[in-house]
Amino acid sequence: MEKLTNRSVVASDKKMTFMERIYVPAILKGMSITITHFFKKKTTINYPEEKREFSKVYRGQHVLKRDDEGRERCTACGLCAVACPAEAITMVAAERKPGEEHLYREEKYAAIYEINMLRCIYCGDCEDACPKEAIFLTDRIVASELC
Amino acid sequence: MPLLKVTIDNVEVEVEAGTTIMNAARQVGGHIVPPAMCYYSKLEGSGGKCRTCLVRVAQGSAKDPRPMPKLVASCRTLVQDGMVVENTTSPEAMDSRQAITEFLLINHPLDCPVCDQAGECHLQDLSYVHGLEETRTVEERRVFKPIDIGDKIKLHMNRCILCYRCVMVADQITDKRVHGVLGRGDHSEISTHIQNAVDNDFSGNMIDVCPVGALTDNTFRFKSRVWFTKPFDAHRNCTKCSGKVVLWMKGEELLRVTGRKDKYGELEEFICNDCRFDHKSAAEWTIEGPRAIERHSVISQNHYGKQ
Repeated sequence: MEKLTNRSVVASDKKMTFMERIYVPAILKGMSITITHFFKKKTTINYPEEKREFSKVYRGQHVLKRDDEGRERCTACGLCAVACPAEAITMVAAERKPGEEHLYREEKYAAIYEINMLRCIYCGDCEDACPKEAIFLTDRIVASELC
Repeated sequence: MPLLKVTIDNVEVEVEAGTTIMNAARQVGGHIVPPAMCYYSKLEGSGGKCRTCLVRVAQGSAKDPRPMPKLVASCRTLVQDGMVVENTTSPEAMDSRQAITEFLLINHPLDCPVCDQAGECHLQDLSYVHGLEETRTVEERRVFKPIDIGDKIKLHMNRCILCYRCVMVADQITDKRVHGVLGRGDHSEISTHIQNAVDNDFSGNMIDVCPVGALTDNTFRFKSRVWFTKPFDAHRNCTKCSGKVVLWMKGEELLRVTGRKDKYGELEEFICNDCRFDHKSAAEWTIEGPRAIERHSVISQNHYGKQ
């Protein structure tokens, strides 16, 4: 059969030579690989103290924004929920009552807006679908207790 | 009586005398049917108001083959033998439809995210096909406060396109009309003059007949978006109407009851207010099965039926 890669080695149970039997050269070879890694650049960072630079299009924690006057932008139109491929978003709409005009921009608002963070795949489709520019996926890291 | 031969968008069809171009096109079906915002086949005298169904008549008849000088409203123009009609094949008619759509939207608040009709709105469908991407007007729009014109009917006059369908429903289905169009021209508005006056048994049909979200069901107000509910055909024994309805369910919850609409958005049968508003539990209905919804409709989004 044709080999798939050139990395495969044919296993054999031939007798080991003297050099192979004393193991020391193999141990030294392994140690040298380990020790060279001490002097290489670290791939990890000390997270809370140091922070990585994020891409501009990073998609993290969701927020529902308010407008300049502090009124809720979301009108519970359900377009984010219908766009969501993971079906993570559910909402319950309510009607704005007279006197609440400073709280909600439109006559309908989302009384409950839930995102199932276990289902969310952070694709950002909800952000694209939103006609009111209400939902955004910010650069904030999602807290571990949320997902 | 001999049948008249009409050609609509290169499709030949034979219809009886006295048929309108719209109904002749509906006999063919498909994309050549002009859109209708005000014409309603079950309502006598409807049509001719919204102008969305304008088509070009390239040949008046076999005897007089001259084209008609202007675009004609297909819902009101009767066919003649040998008539050649251009709907989608005429750039002139398509241009006018775009302009009409812009005119219909001139005072429209564009509040689809709030409106309960979104998803089953004819104006939404029309502007999706023929509308412009951006509004070109800068003038202030007419603004009205939403009012309750009946116990369970909400009127958003902002969204109204003055198609007069609800007026005709009140005239022809109910025994007494208590609402109508007040004012003239730019000032026309649908109203009752006195709030909470519409209480006829069949008044709820004006909700279904309304092509836009001007008249909406107060019992369904902001409960759910249309596309999160699942429609089921159902019936019950009703002494007032046929009792054949569509139930809009969200899980086990019955959110809304409407009449059954055909593919042109017209009610198959008018239903009474008892069925529409007062029986909001699934146990009171005999469910026949899920209602077939066009696959491309937003209502069939995210509904995973058994294949």
